Amino acid sequence: MRTRVDELLERPHVGNLVYTAKDFKPEVDVRWCAGCGAISVLSPSQKLMPDLGLPKEKIVYVSGIGCSGRFPYYMDTYGFHSIHGRALAIASGLKIARPDLSVWVVTGDGDNMSIGGNHFIHTCRRNVDLNIMMFNNEVYSLTKGQYSPTSHRGQITKSSPLGVLDDPFNPVALALGAGATFVARGHDKDRAQLQELLKRAYEHKGISFVEIYTNCRIFNDGAFDLYTNADTRDNSTIFLEHGKPLVFGKTKNKGIILDGYTPRVVNLDQGEYSINDLLIHNEKDSTLAFILANMTYSEDLPRPMGVLQAIDRAPYEVRVANQIQHEIVTKGEGDLQTLLSGDSSWLV
Amino acid sequence: MQLVGTQFSETSGFAGNEVNTFPDYPSEIRAPEGTLYGVSAFQVHFGTKHIHTSGDFIDVLFAMNASSLKVNLPNLKKTGIIIVDTDGFDARNLGLAKFSVNPLENDSLKEYEVHAIDIAKEIKAAFAESAIPSKLIGKTKNIFCLGIAYWMFHRPIDPTINWINKKFKGKDDVILANIHALRAGWNYAELNPEFKKQYVIDRSPLPMGRYRNITGNEAIALGLVVAAKKANLPFFLGSYPITPATDILHAISGYKKFGVKTLQAEDEIAGICSAIGAAFGGNLAATTTSGPGLSLKTEAMGLAVMTELPLIIVDVQRAGPSTGLPTKTEQGDLLMAMYGRHGEAPMPILATASPADCFDVTLEAVRIALKYMTPVLILSDGNIGQSSEPWKIPSVASLPAIEAYFTKDSANFAPYKRDEETLRRQWAIPGFEGMEHRIGGLEKEDGTGNVSSDGVNHEKMVKLRQEKINRIANDIPEAIVYGEQEGDLLMLSWGSTFGAAKTAFERVKANGHPISFCHLRYMNPFPKNLEDILNRFQRVLLPELNMGQLKLLLQGKYLKPIIGLSKVQGKPFKSTELEEKIMSLLTEKEILV
Repeated sequence: MRTRVDELLERPHVGNLVYTAKDFKPEVDVRWCAGCGAISVLSPSQKLMPDLGLPKEKIVYVSGIGCSGRFPYYMDTYGFHSIHGRALAIASGLKIARPDLSVWVVTGDGDNMSIGGNHFIHTCRRNVDLNIMMFNNEVYSLTKGQYSPTSHRGQITKSSPLGVLDDPFNPVALALGAGATFVARGHDKDRAQLQELLKRAYEHKGISFVEIYTNCRIFNDGAFDLYTNADTRDNSTIFLEHGKPLVFGKTKNKGIILDGYTPRVVNLDQGEYSINDLLIHNEKDSTLAFILANMTYSEDLPRPMGVLQAIDRAPYEVRVANQIQHEIVTKGEGDLQTLLSGDSSWLV
Repeated sequence: MQLVGTQFSETSGFAGNEVNTFPDYPSEIRAPEGTLYGVSAFQVHFGTKHIHTSGDFIDVLFAMNASSLKVNLPNLKKTGIIIVDTDGFDARNLGLAKFSVNPLENDSLKEYEVHAIDIAKEIKAAFAESAIPSKLIGKTKNIFCLGIAYWMFHRPIDPTINWINKKFKGKDDVILANIHALRAGWNYAELNPEFKKQYVIDRSPLPMGRYRNITGNEAIALGLVVAAKKANLPFFLGSYPITPATDILHAISGYKKFGVKTLQAEDEIAGICSAIGAAFGGNLAATTTSGPGLSLKTEAMGLAVMTELPLIIVDVQRAGPSTGLPTKTEQGDLLMAMYGRHGEAPMPILATASPADCFDVTLEAVRIALKYMTPVLILSDGNIGQSSEPWKIPSVASLPAIEAYFTKDSANFAPYKRDEETLRRQWAIPGFEGMEHRIGGLEKEDGTGNVSSDGVNHEKMVKLRQEKINRIANDIPEAIVYGEQEGDLLMLSWGSTFGAAKTAFERVKANGHPISFCHLRYMNPFPKNLEDILNRFQRVLLPELNMGQLKLLLQGKYLKPIIGLSKVQGKPFKSTELEEKIMSLLTEKEILV
């Protein structure tokens, strides 16, 4: 059914369609702290946009509350800085109403895992085609340093001076458990890798969840050093690549095998195991994705980075449109006057 | 019983009468049959004219069991007619109803005309010649009673026969059993000498046209979809199930062939937030709820005020606080609608007066939302939402178009640049080239829409948002006073108190007493002439199904003392209650509070 909005949106794009990253930088000051991990996500995002081939008026960033919430102000696209925890609900309504838009959601560990936790699991379940960037700094920063749902047991914060008693969520496992079709993890110290992950998220049709380790210099400095610093990350993380064996280590001398259902680290330079013995990553295998996700908080295993899962399932907004289309094809376009008359009416 | 009641009211409408109905059912889904708390009732009030409510007292009661008799007897007129199924008065049912002796067997009902019928026996006798399974026959007792009612009030049975044929299409046995039972009921009353009187009710002097019965919830559902069509906008509903508002979600979910989109969200907050997202994308968006849900939506309502997006919020009020009486009515959400948000967050509010009025109010709410770029709250209530009345079906083509004010000129665009007359901000939606901008909950600089924490700018924006809502008063009809235009006593009503108030007004006036009447549809802003109206009367009586919320608003705004009349029993006012209050004021010259 054509509406006035359809007519307005059909106006041809008249401006230049070849963009550079600069075209996505609005003339406002970035007000994050110097060295904030969020800044490291901004530049890959601005660099990615020209690659998408989209008119920039078709791109929308929606955020909630927290340091991450400021992100839309720093992207010269359409944007909506909403309220605490609700970015996904707003973005879902927008995407269902307007499937033609590329909708990005910027959120944090507090915004998305705590106050917005319900929206998160249900948006994953529905598989709305949204690209979620969750800045995880394992602390509430904008409220100046309280523990978050991804803080660790024993962590000292302003609201846990004697140590956190809670166990943390594992965001990627939560996303998988809630039915997310694309689940990945990146970090703020490798912008090229992050840009690639965001591109994959964009290309995926359906919900895309990218957990991004972002260092908070003020309230949780160094939380991810082991996994993100150039000198330690090769031995403490493993970058997952579809169809390739799980190899890691500075000299690529270590790998992961599956012992029953349990992943185990093996050395490749002692003759006992070769690269042919290693687990091969398969993004389409949901069982494997859970196993990999559960390596996250293990002390013996490297932390998985990259794309854990990318499976195809019809996005929600497509199903909504198809249901409407099916009704119209099978029953004919609705006639409002008939609807108003109801099942039984009479003449006076 | 709900189906049979609906049939009787539709047939009465078909017969040309004014009708008003009210379904009264327990909040349990299948409350144990025969218990006092499990009584499911359907009240129909019909006549030639002055039918503005579902009625105060019962003339004819069909009681299928002892509990039904016990619960409804206090509301029965002293000369009323009682028709009972004797099966429902066995030892078990009498016990459940806590009757120590069978009221059919002593003289406790001697003031009434009682017809005690062994309905199962009568149906069996009527079915003696037919091959319909006895299991089906047992399920037609209510239809048998409908047949009796049709005979008593001389109603045609054809509309119900058509309905039976349609409803049970393909189940020939069921169709036959029901039609047979309907006729058996009619014949029973006609051949039984105990049924002495048949009542003939003249046709009502209604305006010519095509009519149907409609509930308030149905009328809001239709109103939203028609408004989207008249505004030529896509429609989105984000909602979460809650009694007594869910019927709106049910209805619109079935309208997919009209291109509408609905999301049954994970919670009330996601319901309104998804609607805000859809509005940001250029849809006519709505969310529907009842009190507890409105409580949850308040933060997002503030966001809609701050981002100045058009949005329709429907609150079908129920008795609170907290879970309260979920299936019972109240007008307790007015102050929350006005002030239930942090900060200064003004929002237009419209209240529905009757089921049919819900349609017009919804169209008006959409007009205001789009013209002023603001969320608009519609206050309905459980009584209006679920009760029904005949509605003259409007011609969609002849309804006025509704304008949506999109900005098309990117050269002069700024998100908080305003229209001089309405103060409406400019509206550009994602997809409009060259107008990329950011909105959100943080205070924005006037005009540019850049984030601003400047206190002077904030004060300016607070005042602009208030002034925008105030100016709607220039764009709505003035309130109308019925009866004398000035004098001693004015009765003011709002929302669903309209029906009882109008009935009481008509009756008192017909009896030659001086009384004037005014009904409020616009709760925020108030009509421009309201202050003047209040000041033209020495005394103002304001009945409300709350503890005096509108009274507080009016006294605060206009410094005019108001005589409040409160009722919070989960039930609408009886017109007689208002009549008594008016007469006591008129005769005793009660001193102003």
